[in-house]
Amino acid sequence: MTTEVGPETEVKKESEQLGADAVNEKREEATESQENQKSEKTLSEEAQSTPSPELATQSSPSSQKKEKDPPEGKGISRFIPPWLKKQKSYSLVEPKDEAKKKPVEERQAAEERESQLPEDIAQPKGNLEEATIESQQETKKNDKEEEKHSVSSADTQPAKEDNKESEAEKVANEQEEQQKVEEKRETKEVQTAEIKLEKAPQKALKKIKTVPCKVMLLDGTEYSCDLEKRAKGQVLFDKVCEQLNLLEKDYFGLLFQDNSDQKNWLDSSKEIKRQIRSLPWLFTFNVKFYPPDPSQLTEDITRYFLCLQLRQDIASGRLPCSFVTHALLGSYTLQAELGDYDSEEHNNHYISEFQFAPNQTKEMEDKVVELHKTHRSLTPAQADSHFLENAKRLSMYGVDLHHAKDSEGVDIMLGVCANGLLIYKDRLRINRFAWAKILKISYKRSNFYIKVRPAELEQFESTIGFKLPNHRAAKRLWKVCVEHHTFYRLVSPEQPPKAKFLTLGSKFRYSGRTQAQTQQASNLIDRPAPYFERTSSKRVSRSLDGAPVGITDQSLLRDFSAATVGPAGDIVFAGEAVGQTKLKNGEGRDVNGSPTKIPQLELTQDEKSSHETLNIVEEKQQAEVGIEETVVIDEINRGKMQAVTGAGETRKVEHLSKKDSSSLSSDSSSSSSSSSESEDEVVGEYQPHHRAAEDIIREEQEENEDAKRKEECATKVIQSVETVQEGSKVTVEHTQVTAKALAQENAVAIKTGEKNVMEEGKQDLRAEDEEEQLKINGDGSHVDIDVVPQIICCSEPPVVKTEMVTISDATQRTEISTKEVPIVQTETKTITYESPQFDGSSGGDAGVLLSAQTITSESVSTTTTTHITKTVKGGVSETRIEKRIVITGDADIDHDQALAQAIKEAKEQHPDMSVTRVVVHKETELAEEGEE
Amino acid sequence: MAGLSSSSSGGGGGGGWSLGRCSHAVVRALPESLRQHALRIEKGQEVDFARAEREHQLYVAVLKSKLGLQVLELPADESLPDCVFVEDVAVVCEETALITRPGAPSRRKEVDAMKKALESLNLNIIEMTDENATLDGGDVLFTGREFFVGLSKRTNQRGAEILADTFKDYAVSTVPVYDSLHLKSFCSMAGPNLIAIGSTEAAQKTLKTMQQMSDHRYDKLTVPDDAAANCIYLNIPGKGHVLLHRAPEEYPESAKVFEKLKDHMLIPITNTEMEKVDGLLTCRSVLINKTSEL
Repeated sequence: MTTEVGPETEVKKESEQLGADAVNEKREEATESQENQKSEKTLSEEAQSTPSPELATQSSPSSQKKEKDPPEGKGISRFIPPWLKKQKSYSLVEPKDEAKKKPVEERQAAEERESQLPEDIAQPKGNLEEATIESQQETKKNDKEEEKHSVSSADTQPAKEDNKESEAEKVANEQEEQQKVEEKRETKEVQTAEIKLEKAPQKALKKIKTVPCKVMLLDGTEYSCDLEKRAKGQVLFDKVCEQLNLLEKDYFGLLFQDNSDQKNWLDSSKEIKRQIRSLPWLFTFNVKFYPPDPSQLTEDITRYFLCLQLRQDIASGRLPCSFVTHALLGSYTLQAELGDYDSEEHNNHYISEFQFAPNQTKEMEDKVVELHKTHRSLTPAQADSHFLENAKRLSMYGVDLHHAKDSEGVDIMLGVCANGLLIYKDRLRINRFAWAKILKISYKRSNFYIKVRPAELEQFESTIGFKLPNHRAAKRLWKVCVEHHTFYRLVSPEQPPKAKFLTLGSKFRYSGRTQAQTQQASNLIDRPAPYFERTSSKRVSRSLDGAPVGITDQSLLRDFSAATVGPAGDIVFAGEAVGQTKLKNGEGRDVNGSPTKIPQLELTQDEKSSHETLNIVEEKQQAEVGIEETVVIDEINRGKMQAVTGAGETRKVEHLSKKDSSSLSSDSSSSSSSSSESEDEVVGEYQPHHRAAEDIIREEQEENEDAKRKEECATKVIQSVETVQEGSKVTVEHTQVTAKALAQENAVAIKTGEKNVMEEGKQDLRAEDEEEQLKINGDGSHVDIDVVPQIICCSEPPVVKTEMVTISDATQRTEISTKEVPIVQTETKTITYESPQFDGSSGGDAGVLLSAQTITSESVSTTTTTHITKTVKGGVSETRIEKRIVITGDADIDHDQALAQAIKEAKEQHPDMSVTRVVVHKETELAEEGEE
Repeated sequence: MAGLSSSSSGGGGGGGWSLGRCSHAVVRALPESLRQHALRIEKGQEVDFARAEREHQLYVAVLKSKLGLQVLELPADESLPDCVFVEDVAVVCEETALITRPGAPSRRKEVDAMKKALESLNLNIIEMTDENATLDGGDVLFTGREFFVGLSKRTNQRGAEILADTFKDYAVSTVPVYDSLHLKSFCSMAGPNLIAIGSTEAAQKTLKTMQQMSDHRYDKLTVPDDAAANCIYLNIPGKGHVLLHRAPEEYPESAKVFEKLKDHMLIPITNTEMEKVDGLLTCRSVLINKTSEL
């Protein structure tokens, strides 16, 4: 509409429309929350004059909020944890105030994030759900809220727009928004709409907390932006690519360094904050998949970025090349960046500013100049093409190296490339495994395994193991392998199987486009060749000492190439990379497109344990006034199964995985001890060639959607697999995993004709203290052994049964802003998830009840109630013990430990039994920790 | 790998297309001491020195006259009975020459003359000075895309590493060599993407290993006789594919196989005497492609 208007006017207008005191309050609050800019915008929207009053209101926003909040939401809000609050605020609490705030905030904050939009939309729903809780207390408000919701759904888009615009804070946008707002206000309906809008903004406010983010680009410049805290990697990546005007972006990725200075690829499908634990968020934009034939790239700009990457690789020594090649590539670089050699312009010193090689000599520079002269008339794009044609032939082009030791402890390097896995020892290639030969890739702890096809005349597949420095390195290598295999060898990424199957371990799969897909997409690119400026590689070369190259693994360089390079750079991420787990599932894929090759049933178990980060836990604990945890462990004793399973094993939380010939055996152990490692999975598995899903039983934990996460963050779900034997059949009970199941994965392996049932559960013993519940759900799916005849041929002894329960922590998913100073109010939230029908008897056969008894005992901080039930089913007696352990204490108690201890004790008390279900119920009083 | 810059200005990152390109050759006359003192795997027939000389002269003539290479002929050194087998003392790839450290101590001095010769050609000279390293050029198979280094009695891991350091553009893979003196005792390149390989089990096994280690797919040309699998492929401007192979009189069955190579200019070479001291066709020359006069 018009220009800026004073905030007061807004308030007045609103008040007029709404005519309620509450409205005014809301507005005030809104103004508080809003920053000056925001307030201005709102004002401008209204198009009224005199901005001065706003400032005053703004000045004391925080205080106002505090004051106001209590009256409105006191009853409810107190009981609601901060994260809930956010949502609540949406739907239930303080709708009016929020409404005001939201629009403003959104406008301000919005950096045109598309991702946010969906979230915003989702949130209202979430609010509704949560609202139920709230609603109990405040029915009146609910009504209003519902209205709002309904309205909000319609309004959501505008709100989103607001967000985007707000970030941009562009006048034009503002005006438009203003108009919209005004229109809405005019009508009563409009009012509701406004409220909703405002609510959305509030969310945005809370969410809006943005994190400054820096990305080192390939030309040595830095791209900075503020990202919403919960933004996924894709958001950032898209922004960067947009900034670069890059369309063929699938070859690229963002790297960050974890606390051990190792580089990791940012998973675009996951939230950034889950992957990079520390601030600030620093990334480098790099080539992730080197196109084997760069000439097939569609756009010159893509080739240009590839050139920049390669120049870094070469100058840093990561991509070794000979003297002559250094000179040749350097000469093309000069041609691309400086054009034709000009004897007048290009004196002897012009070249010294470039870095062509790790160890650049005068002789080399002379050679470069000499060759430069021969490239006359080559355009920059042509020079780049020549550069790439030569660079792509280098033997280490596109090879991602990882330190490892072979089975005899000899230091080797594993190189992942487009064609497969290369094994190097002291610069010599000593072996190579093409993707086509690899049946399965897996890791367990710090071991990395590949299972390869039988060689000619050989009958059995062989599994080759490598020892990596630590399990994170093993996982990193594994992920890189999975991604490379998918990208280069598959036509399309395998879709993760759905939850009906059981799987343990990382479900990480590459979710981006494959090379085939990206090439297809590239063919559709229809735009005039974008203009771009080739920045001088002088900068790049200079920056070799700094960030751009910083991510290069120096140790690799040292070991692998004779060239030594300067310090990698100053990018250090203090935090641990957490939450890198992609939980996509897909056991394997058939590379050749012929599913038949692997008939065997994969019984591999992967264990994945997720640990919470200490930081988060600690923070939460601080806020907690009291925590009550209830752990219910159901143990089912099954005669047969017991025989098979070593009770001791169960206690130790070790699980033996059974493999048939086709499966890679790996033993998993609970990672309960590795609390410090955060949530990394200990195990991952990936089968490039893989057969029908039926062969594989997987229990999968669905990855939570962000929206879900928020709602559920307080909940921990533990899944366990319950196995039941019936006659000769092996039956695996599959229990429905609540939708909210978090990062857990269970795998069940079934062995040959006999009944081998493997169960794995993952535990995250670092149970969260906070408002969480752990559930162990047994999921059962029927597996008929007959279906998989090949299993019988397995070379390994048929029976191994282990059961392991892992408690996985949802905590990681819970976002608690550390920065926020806890707000005074405390709230209690109780969320109880009923575990799905757990049919201990499986198969619905209730059996005959023999006896039941209940015992109660108490200790300092725990109360244990034991309920024992004995039944007989189908000739098999089953004893079921249900323990209810109540742990009471304040923040001083390490609830994680207490929980772990309780489980451990339960196991030790009943060594011959297996833990089939754990339900954790937490009641926590938390001080508000601000949003999220 | 069809290269854009097949003309190769400078030769960096060479691809398979450049295999066999050759402008110069270094050879060395054979000393009389060869007859008595040349190293040999097993005692066999005595070398007919006069005949050996004639065969060698013919060999040099082919390179020089028939193919038009500039041939540097080094004089024989009676103190170095094996000096005629120059291949073992230098590995030349593009503009870089690696002066080796032969596995047989008695041959170490052979490198001196070779070094001077290569220096005269303005090649970048790298010397293998590590006393723990041994490498015979006969164990080095350059396919145009990558190196295979046979780990044999004459060549060890360290030698291979140094070779890898020298030729950084290329993958260098090691393969074990059993039962033979050198890797190239039973194989060689017979074309840009073609590996000639002997029929023995050891040879076939080694080929499989090489195939597994390579990102490239090579065609193979299996010949009945291992020794005949050692041939010399050249790509001479104006003459195209040239293959020097063992004469039909020596290995008739293998010669028939070579004769099926329709695109090649086939030049049978007799090598009866040198073979008595384990010398094969490739052993007697170092081939160099000088593309610039740097």
